Amino acid sequence: MRVPHGASEETPMSTQEFEKTLDKSDQSVASFDREKKSPVEKLQHALHSSQAAVPLIVLVLSIAGFGILVGQKFFSPFALSLILQQVAITGIIGAAQTLVILTAGIDLSVGAIMVLSMIVMGQFTFRYGLPAPVSVLCGFGCGALCGWINGMLVSRMKLPPFIVTLGTWQIYLAANFIYSANETIRSQDIEAQAPLLQFFGGNVHIAGAIITFGVMAMVLLVVLLWYILNYTAWGRHVYAVGDDPDAAELSGVPVPRMLVQVYTISGLICAFAGWVLIGRIGSVSPTAGEFANIESITAVVIGGISLFGGRGSVLGMIFGAMIVGVFSLGLRLYGTDPQWTYLLIGVLIIGAVAIDQWIRKVAG
Amino acid sequence: MSFKYGMLTTSAAALAVSVLFAAPAFAGVGACLITKTDTNPFFVKMKEGATAKAKELGVDLKAYAGKDDGDNEGQVAAVETCIAAGAKGILITPSDTKAIVPTIKKARDAGILVIALDTPLDPIESADMTMATDNFQAGFLIGAYAKAALGDKAASAHIGFLDINTKQVTVDVLRDQGFMKGFGIDIKNPAVIGDEDDKRIVGHDYTNGNPEGGRKAMENLLQKDPDINVIHTINEPAAAGAYEALKAVGKEKQVLIMSVDGGCPGVKNVQAGIIGGTSQQYPLLMASMGIEAIAQFAKDGSKPKVTEGKNFFDTGVNLVTDKPVAGVKSIDTKEGLAKCWG
Repeated sequence: MRVPHGASEETPMSTQEFEKTLDKSDQSVASFDREKKSPVEKLQHALHSSQAAVPLIVLVLSIAGFGILVGQKFFSPFALSLILQQVAITGIIGAAQTLVILTAGIDLSVGAIMVLSMIVMGQFTFRYGLPAPVSVLCGFGCGALCGWINGMLVSRMKLPPFIVTLGTWQIYLAANFIYSANETIRSQDIEAQAPLLQFFGGNVHIAGAIITFGVMAMVLLVVLLWYILNYTAWGRHVYAVGDDPDAAELSGVPVPRMLVQVYTISGLICAFAGWVLIGRIGSVSPTAGEFANIESITAVVIGGISLFGGRGSVLGMIFGAMIVGVFSLGLRLYGTDPQWTYLLIGVLIIGAVAIDQWIRKVAG
Repeated sequence: MSFKYGMLTTSAAALAVSVLFAAPAFAGVGACLITKTDTNPFFVKMKEGATAKAKELGVDLKAYAGKDDGDNEGQVAAVETCIAAGAKGILITPSDTKAIVPTIKKARDAGILVIALDTPLDPIESADMTMATDNFQAGFLIGAYAKAALGDKAASAHIGFLDINTKQVTVDVLRDQGFMKGFGIDIKNPAVIGDEDDKRIVGHDYTNGNPEGGRKAMENLLQKDPDINVIHTINEPAAAGAYEALKAVGKEKQVLIMSVDGGCPGVKNVQAGIIGGTSQQYPLLMASMGIEAIAQFAKDGSKPKVTEGKNFFDTGVNLVTDKPVAGVKSIDTKEGLAKCWG
């Protein structure tokens, strides 16, 4: 009797006559039962592997759709670059929100951190006479501190992120009004004494489109985050913590430390958004950024990032923010009641979550 | 045993303390000031004026505010608190001029004097008295000025309107329609924004009265018509935001910005040539006259009287501009700065 060598033996092993029928049967070791996939299932698999595909498709379709509906006015470089300008702040805050949501958390205080940091930058320059670069750094410090507080409450005291940030949202907002005493620092004063604060309002004109430094900063930030989240160990750990914190802990990921880092960086990004906001509105105003938290969550959800954590691409978030911008501007140019924009955004949100759930059902 | 005793004394003490803080009791004549928000400098100034006058006359003043411009529930809660606390008078700048009327009626039925400041209720008789700027006149002045300043170009002007929001708030409607009347546009129904069909109107957009909204609204209107050359803005913060939007596309010299408010930062903007002219209001006067009226009502039950020919008490309005035009009365920015607030 011949001794068989190797499991993946292709040559017939049986020598006896009654064993010859075995040669015709399956020779391979255990394998999955691969049925032929229907086109819908193929689409599902493709969408599952490329996380930012759905929002990108919706974005392209909506730009094309409004271009046909509204015509030349919509397709002009000016209009399209205007969408980017109007969406820049939401995009930066959305990046901060993405980091937090990827860890299965949520941050309702992003807008308040942005405004508080903005006020710190302005007031430190004008009330205490500090040079503008120092004030900007103090603003960053303020944002990072606010984020760190959120992170400590979530990770060390194990409080639910929704509750924590609901509370800190109110606290930071009230601190903002109490500290600023409702003073608005005029744009002309800032221009004269501390133009660095308005830096991100500067722009370049390229072929009829106006690209502000704020838009460039948003794009660079999103690309940087995309790289960190996909190509560094730290980024992979963020996904792991969101997907299954216990498994991550057992694999050696320092979960509480990661959470504190994520929330702190989120606060830092919000402080940066505050600096960009001064550039956009010119003045330092304590009433700005009222709906920033809701807008950022909308961008994140429409961008296909799962609120349950561990899944989604920051590129999806930026496409989500642009989709909202495209719909707002397109419907307004078309001349509809502004309420239709809100209605359609609500439909988009539900649609995005439903598609995300469908894609998750991929098996095999 | 000692633990139970400790718990009992602590809870009794807590109960006593909470009773102290439960209902705000008024010492003497009680008055309530309820503003739309406490972040808009206009209302901050109003509160300061009311507090100063109340101290002078020995009136106990409690101040409340909604969360944002449009928060009706917060104001309803404040009115009900004042009724429960036994206030003699309520001064209110209503966020929703129609929705707050039933609650105001409750206050008046309880014998409280209710004065609407700055923004009239709808219908205006819902309050005992309204002390406000003549907002229609404020709009009319800047509209007439804009028409005269444009001269021949007024017949083919491209006019944009930056309003508060879509809710047709009285102050928004009055200023918007006043501007149109001053400019010579047929306003059709003066109680409604948006029913006009004059070809010169580019459109209306919404700012929520803050600079961020002003910038976005200006960008949107520029999208509709890049040749806009005149804009009406609901207040100076919105005008400041609109200016930033124009500066970003290099059109700040081609658009005449008109506004309403007369706050010190706004008058400085007129001086700097950013705003063409602004209708100045006097919130300090509104607040102090309101407190005086409440003190008088508490003394002998008499109610304040309207300005002759109007159905409210007019606290006055002046057009502030450094480039006066014939036929429109105005004061210069030096005088404006002396009278400004905020």
